[in-house]
Amino acid sequence: MHPRTPVAVALLGALTLTACGGGGTAAGPAASGATITMWTRAATQAQSERLVAAYNKGHRNQVKLTVIPTDNYQPRIAAAAGAKQLPDVFAADVIFVPNYTSQGLFLDITDRVDALPYKDSLAPSHMKLGTMEGRRYTIPHTLDLSVWFWNKDLYEKAGLDPEKGPSTLKEFARQATTVDEKLGKDGKVSGTFFGGNCGGCYVFTFWPSVWAAGAQVMNAEGTTSLNDRPPMTDVFKIYRDLYDKGVTGGTTKEEQGPTWTGFFPKGQIGVMPMPSTTLGLMPKDMKIGVAPIAGPDGGESTFVGGDSVGISATSKQPDAAWDFLSWTVSDEAQVEVMAKNKDVLARTDLSSNKYSSEDPRVVLINSLVGKGQTPYAARFGQTFNDPQGPWLRLAREAVFGDAAKVPQLNAEIDKSLQQ
Amino acid sequence: MTVTLTRIGGRRVRSAPPPWWRGRNALGWLYAAPTALIVGVLFVAPLVLVGWMSLNRWPLLGQARFNAPANYAKIADNTLFVDSVLFTLKYTVIITVLLSVFALGLALLVQERRPGVGFFRTAFFLPGSVGLATAALLFYGMLNNDFGPIDPILRALGITDEPVKWIGTPDMALFSTIALVLWRFAGFNMLILLTGLQAIPVEVYEAARSDGANRWQIFTRITMPLLRPTIALMLILSITGSLLAFDQFFIFTNGGPDNSTVSMVMVIYRDAFFRFDLGGAAAGSVVLLAGLVALNVVQMRVLRKRER
Repeated sequence: MHPRTPVAVALLGALTLTACGGGGTAAGPAASGATITMWTRAATQAQSERLVAAYNKGHRNQVKLTVIPTDNYQPRIAAAAGAKQLPDVFAADVIFVPNYTSQGLFLDITDRVDALPYKDSLAPSHMKLGTMEGRRYTIPHTLDLSVWFWNKDLYEKAGLDPEKGPSTLKEFARQATTVDEKLGKDGKVSGTFFGGNCGGCYVFTFWPSVWAAGAQVMNAEGTTSLNDRPPMTDVFKIYRDLYDKGVTGGTTKEEQGPTWTGFFPKGQIGVMPMPSTTLGLMPKDMKIGVAPIAGPDGGESTFVGGDSVGISATSKQPDAAWDFLSWTVSDEAQVEVMAKNKDVLARTDLSSNKYSSEDPRVVLINSLVGKGQTPYAARFGQTFNDPQGPWLRLAREAVFGDAAKVPQLNAEIDKSLQQ
Repeated sequence: MTVTLTRIGGRRVRSAPPPWWRGRNALGWLYAAPTALIVGVLFVAPLVLVGWMSLNRWPLLGQARFNAPANYAKIADNTLFVDSVLFTLKYTVIITVLLSVFALGLALLVQERRPGVGFFRTAFFLPGSVGLATAALLFYGMLNNDFGPIDPILRALGITDEPVKWIGTPDMALFSTIALVLWRFAGFNMLILLTGLQAIPVEVYEAARSDGANRWQIFTRITMPLLRPTIALMLILSITGSLLAFDQFFIFTNGGPDNSTVSMVMVIYRDAFFRFDLGGAAAGSVVLLAGLVALNVVQMRVLRKRER
């Protein structure tokens, strides 16, 4: 078969060679022609590349960007940290930031952030997760919000009002069912879709319905799960009914995440939760409506996802790194790079800008930044994103399997959160 | 160092220095040094460090703290690890049996030199030249229900009516992975067995035939006993490799569905790189290593006994 020396042993052994130690703080001039290194994950590659290209064009300092596949990002960061080979700057999925911060991977940038004139306008949920014990470690890099997209052409063909999207989760289910019943006979069109075997997809698309109903999914400390009670269980039930009736796309139960956003642009789905960053990537001739995610009976919310960025604790060029980071949240970068490309802005004071009025859907998405939430938990990744984590099992039992197991599996989530 | 004088053939000669300093031996040490250095740096040193890590709480950055035996004690509470041990053993048994039968069948098919046999030998061996990670990704694409070509072909041929959930249920996920591993490794194992088969002298077969032995008797009385050491080598490689299975599950099934295909190395990897529990992962590695060493000792003993 595949004879190898014990993989794990070698892997871990290599890690240990240079593990441990603190962070370097050698100062360097901010515009000295230095080259700093930056890592980002593929999911937010487009935004990072645009920012880096614009910065490199107008500055003496240069940023060398490395894009790493999203699924491998966390292990790569862990291995690099263990070997003290982190880049000067690295972005991270905002929900992983508390864990990275508690592991000491980011440099304390409290004083630098406090010196920014617009510090109070930086996306609040990203700033909250980048703060530990009153000290700041990261700033917002990209924002990715979950919203409902509906296909106006399919709505029209199904006899629904193409200009009226769902305003409650129950209405979402009714509209999806109508599309499926009217157009789904040949199996090419489905009412809705979600990533049924993807923990991150569940939290991104289901939790806003709980927040919209005025409830929470965890306690404020991120140590106790509230996913075994209403309104979470009501939300599960609505999606379960959609699956049982065959309203969801054929591979919903197996979808592991990489392709969950791929069906809507093909015109195969009536209405489904989608990441806001995909709006600019939709086919030009496709008529798409955007609505905030609602609770079972109304309300509106969103999962404020995306990336935060910070200076690594081992960077030898923190000043040059900060010169780049502070530029990415400047008026120039936010308006001329981010807003121009229909991206959600990292600053709330710039949400009305010269580009935003061109598309009312972008205005809607920008307006949700203040209404949405980013859940906090130090052990978020291993609990909710990891395919072997306890959350995915709970969600799958609740939607496809034995819903009676939910309380017992919720206890497993508590255990993971409290590790 | 002591130097003694001895009398050989009536002449006093200076005897050699102690064994480790003799010219030939010193040269031997010199020849072995590069390999010894590589093994020392890349295997022994990491091994010792992993052992030390497993006795500490080991953060990504910062000082390690001695906490033995906490990392080992918590292994028993880790239900994912315990389940993964059972799953890995089940996988190892299934794959070893199937792989042995398949590889032996293939080797017997292409054993004799006949026209065209070279083509089949190459065809059977070719999947072995694809990296396992690449092969896993290839199967993921081929069997994918959304864009893979296998489902439409099966439906066009009228073999299936609806998409087959190749990795949608625990049994199917295991079945598909076994198919992947058989495809990838049967040719390589065939090659190992083929070398063993070809080492059996033709005269032995001729003698058996002239004694009136039929094909089945030749296979059971001649081929199998003489092939035993080669089969043993294949078994060791197969069992060790299967217990260390990672790529095929990590890439192809991602441990799913519902954690039904999580191997031991996947849990170790998860502990280290998703939970950042480097000490716990090191403890898991040490346990796995101990299991492997014990298993190999038993295997070697059984084999040697049979060889005698």
